[in-house]
Amino acid sequence: MYTQALNSNPDAAERHVEDAALAARFQERIDAEERIEPNDWMPAMYRRTLVRQISQHAHSEIIGMLPEGNWITRAPSLRRKAALLAKVQDECGHGLYLYAAAETLGTGREELVDQLLSGKAKYSSIFNYPTLTWADIGAIGWLVDGAAIMNQIPLCRCSYGPYARAMIRVCKEESFHQRQGYEIMLTLAKGTPEQKELAQDALNRWWWPCLMMFGPPDAVSEHSDASTRWKIKRFSNDELRQKFVDATVPQAHYLGLTLPDADLKQDAETGHWSYGAIDWDEFKQVIAGNGPCNKDRMAARRKAHDEGAWVRDAALAYAEKQRLKKAA
Amino acid sequence: MSSQAVPLWEVFIRSRNGLSHKHVGSLHAADTTLALQAARDLYTRRGEGLSIWVVPSNAITASDPADKGMMFEPTASKIYRHPTFYEVPEEVGHM
Repeated sequence: MYTQALNSNPDAAERHVEDAALAARFQERIDAEERIEPNDWMPAMYRRTLVRQISQHAHSEIIGMLPEGNWITRAPSLRRKAALLAKVQDECGHGLYLYAAAETLGTGREELVDQLLSGKAKYSSIFNYPTLTWADIGAIGWLVDGAAIMNQIPLCRCSYGPYARAMIRVCKEESFHQRQGYEIMLTLAKGTPEQKELAQDALNRWWWPCLMMFGPPDAVSEHSDASTRWKIKRFSNDELRQKFVDATVPQAHYLGLTLPDADLKQDAETGHWSYGAIDWDEFKQVIAGNGPCNKDRMAARRKAHDEGAWVRDAALAYAEKQRLKKAA
Repeated sequence: MSSQAVPLWEVFIRSRNGLSHKHVGSLHAADTTLALQAARDLYTRRGEGLSIWVVPSNAITASDPADKGMMFEPTASKIYRHPTFYEVPEEVGHM
């Protein structure tokens, strides 16, 4: 999802032998549902997996401000504008909670940000799609945040304490995001034929990329085994994707919209909705940097970072001056 | 070029009068004024608090988790520190 687990594969050669007794004791604590805290002993791979996952999640929140920020000045009413501003501010906040959680594992903020700006670290594929109309803001809130919630609720029980605590804060705030998105979709769907068409078009474009947010199918997912054993991940990619589809299909029907999947059908016995084949080639392309907006997103982030450099420098210089004055 | 790291702060919030400040998270800021403002923006967007403390993270001295046994086990063995250790006849009533 926001952490599609596609970064740098753990290098097998790097897996140095750790104290077996410590490792066993660690796994016992995990199995007993104990939370791991920053200064506790942990396997190097656990630490690395978490830094990768949490920072990727943080980067996604930060990049995620861009597609929605695109519509702040063009929101159709003051009510919508205020809500969108608050939502984008929340996304920034989520990014910051997550960076702080990642830093407790010993990697500094500056380094994490550099990894994003240099292209070394990934962020969710979903934010590389453009927001072409106002209806996209509705679709993002409803579907992208809806998918995020599916993924984030189990992360509130993740074995690493700081990550779990950050996710609890995030989940509390995320519900407003999804509801405001659905309200936008509902207003458009119940509006003029042109408005309904906008809503349908947004759903058509966002549906499949949203299903891709949960990451590769279980059969080919690289990181799941260790993550599951360590209780970082509690449901597989496919399980979460299925939960999302089952929750979302009836919501689309209520809107009177059609999901862009001819193979979508409900199993009469289980009640689950089965969906058509996902275009994993498109997913790979977007992750590899060839999505519709990858270059724009990175350019916007780098520009903001570079143009903010003087502010960071000035704040530090001022703090230093005050410190010297006090010392004198 | 900002090569210098921006200091880390720990944030504590009192959610309402009568309660103590509670650790809510951390943030980066150049000085105390900016740390307070950032804490307000980051941790109180929905009426979470009435008072904020920010403390430089490096000013906190923490116990070592490796010493957990030595530090905290003795409290478990001193059951005579708890009221239930002592017998009071039922006739005496609540004490």
